[in-house]
Amino acid sequence: MVYLSSVLFALVLGASAFFFARSIGRVRRNITLGRKVKLDTSLATMMRVALGQSKMVVRPVPAVLHLCVYLGFLVINIEVIEIVIDGLLGTHRVLSMLGGLYDVITAAAEVFFVLVMAATVTFLIRRNVIKVKRFQSREMSKWPRLDANIILWTEIVLITALVVMNAADQALQRMGHAHYPETGAFPITAHLVPLFMGMDAGTLVILERAAWWFHIVGILLFLNYIPYSKHFHIMMAFPNTYFTPKRAKGHFPVNERVKQEVTLMLDPSQPAPEDTGEPATFGVKDVFDLSRKSLMDAYTCTECGRCTSQCPANLTGKALSPRKVMMDTRDRMESVGRVKDANKGQWVDDGKTLHDLISREELWACTSCNACVEACPVNINPLDIILQMRQYLVMEQSQAPEALMVMFSNIENNGAPWPIPATDRFNWANAQ
Amino acid sequence: MNVPILSDLAAQGKNPEVLFWVGCAGSFDDRAQRVTRAFVHILNHLNINYAVLGPEESCTGDPAKRAGNEFLFQMMAMNNIQVLNAYEVKTIITTCPHCFNTFKNEYPALGGHYEVIHHSTYLQQLIAAGKLRVQGGPFAGKKITWHDSCYLGRANEVYDAPREIIQALDADLVEMKRCRKNGLCCGAGGAQMFKEPEKGTKDINIERTEEALGTQAEIIAVGCPFCNTMLTDGTKHFEQNDQVQVKDLAELVVEGLPEIKA
Repeated sequence: MVYLSSVLFALVLGASAFFFARSIGRVRRNITLGRKVKLDTSLATMMRVALGQSKMVVRPVPAVLHLCVYLGFLVINIEVIEIVIDGLLGTHRVLSMLGGLYDVITAAAEVFFVLVMAATVTFLIRRNVIKVKRFQSREMSKWPRLDANIILWTEIVLITALVVMNAADQALQRMGHAHYPETGAFPITAHLVPLFMGMDAGTLVILERAAWWFHIVGILLFLNYIPYSKHFHIMMAFPNTYFTPKRAKGHFPVNERVKQEVTLMLDPSQPAPEDTGEPATFGVKDVFDLSRKSLMDAYTCTECGRCTSQCPANLTGKALSPRKVMMDTRDRMESVGRVKDANKGQWVDDGKTLHDLISREELWACTSCNACVEACPVNINPLDIILQMRQYLVMEQSQAPEALMVMFSNIENNGAPWPIPATDRFNWANAQ
Repeated sequence: MNVPILSDLAAQGKNPEVLFWVGCAGSFDDRAQRVTRAFVHILNHLNINYAVLGPEESCTGDPAKRAGNEFLFQMMAMNNIQVLNAYEVKTIITTCPHCFNTFKNEYPALGGHYEVIHHSTYLQQLIAAGKLRVQGGPFAGKKITWHDSCYLGRANEVYDAPREIIQALDADLVEMKRCRKNGLCCGAGGAQMFKEPEKGTKDINIERTEEALGTQAEIIAVGCPFCNTMLTDGTKHFEQNDQVQVKDLAELVVEGLPEIKA
């Protein structure tokens, strides 16, 4: 019987690992649709921003709530490790061999049951009852809202399973059941044990086992849900902050494709540049033209909306929402991936581009102020995408607003954005 | 006004220590010209060994770049770099955060390597070194709020220098709720200065001016010609332009110079 359950567990675990690995393969493939770029790396940034959550503190209330869930996740994961070992070896609470330390782990986990539960319930209230403004924008359509609620309810259900499991376990411990030796410290669920004491041992064992299986299968299903969900940030936050560019926020890198052309134009004696494999497009037409970092950004986004809530354009009622830019980029990348999957890995033009999702009205509303970049708790950069999409509009399609076209020709002809002759440039010194 | 021009100095075999890059707004915009003259006044007052390019100056290409015209940006940049490198310019001071940002961050990849200083940092350093002495007289106890320009603040993390200047003037520095890293844009960045805003419920400069006026400050201090225009327009919108003035740091410093005081 024990043997059978171990085999079953190994099968479930193996299947879950298989499907998860496949999802990661898909994500990896989709990110590599983008241009390969030289990336900066910073372990310190990752430790500070992702592990240390340094950019969350700006908003203290969600920061504390999020910290509860985040720490709870870490502590409760120790119990998941135990569950996996128990499941494979047929042991029961194998980590109890840690003695006093096990009491600390189980007790800490129980404290976090309460904190995580309180935080997730508060999150649900913030989203669905109080309706915090940043969760109500236009891009927060049906699926993003459902996704958020699925995540929160799953966490509540999974914690509930652990609560039942621990309480039933203690009831069995108190009965002196052979398979449930006295171990662990359960300061919270201890109060629920009386509810279970009336049951007979057989029922309690079934209840405990059912909760155990429900919890671990739930976790494995949730694990496989994550790469399709905004919740993916719990994994992507780490690589994404690790690869944070070191440049100043105001530094928008020189477009190398353009540099080749301009260098040649100013000095025709230069040898024609070799084909570097860079895409022929000036600026970003579709996800293929974006850097892999931008695509990683898109997968990292958890749709918290801090960017959009700080965006001066969005605050004053314009169509632009940096969060939508990231969500659209991810959606487009996923559609491109699906087209490839349907065509044996080959890209077949579907007649759409990223510009079908992100409109000119949105792109031209940006003030390039970097508020969105500053606000992102996981160092996502929507501005990079916006400015490169502008490059495509201007350099490939000549589609800038009329006033900007005039500004361009002024710069070209007068060396200034206004229609004032260059010869007047020094007149300021003579005026009073 | 006595302003040394780089080509004249070069003809005499002189190479000034710093180049004051005036910028398009500083050269052509009436309001920004006054800031340019104020800054030149300080440079002259301190006998700084500087020069301007004068007629040889041109747009840095920044507005074109922010508007997506990387071609035009790089053409302008490469031409400017040719001029600057021919004069062996080492240090550039600008009164415009947009010129400052692109020189500092984007010119190096095109062959232009300079020490680039925004005038807020430059003036603060002169004050800290005791070379520039200002008197708080006209500002003592006056409430002044500092508007963080995006391309000075978030873009390049210059937050303290302008505040230290305001404090050196004995003024009462009052902060807006959205300041420093959380500063709100004036609405002109990203080439918005040169176009009409997209459809919305409010103009960004109105949103920002409202916040600045909320501090009860008598002066809104800025370090950017575009912020200056946007916030001045904002004070006019609220019919507060008589009570509340938008002033550049250079203008505040000039008013704080002991010799200037009437």
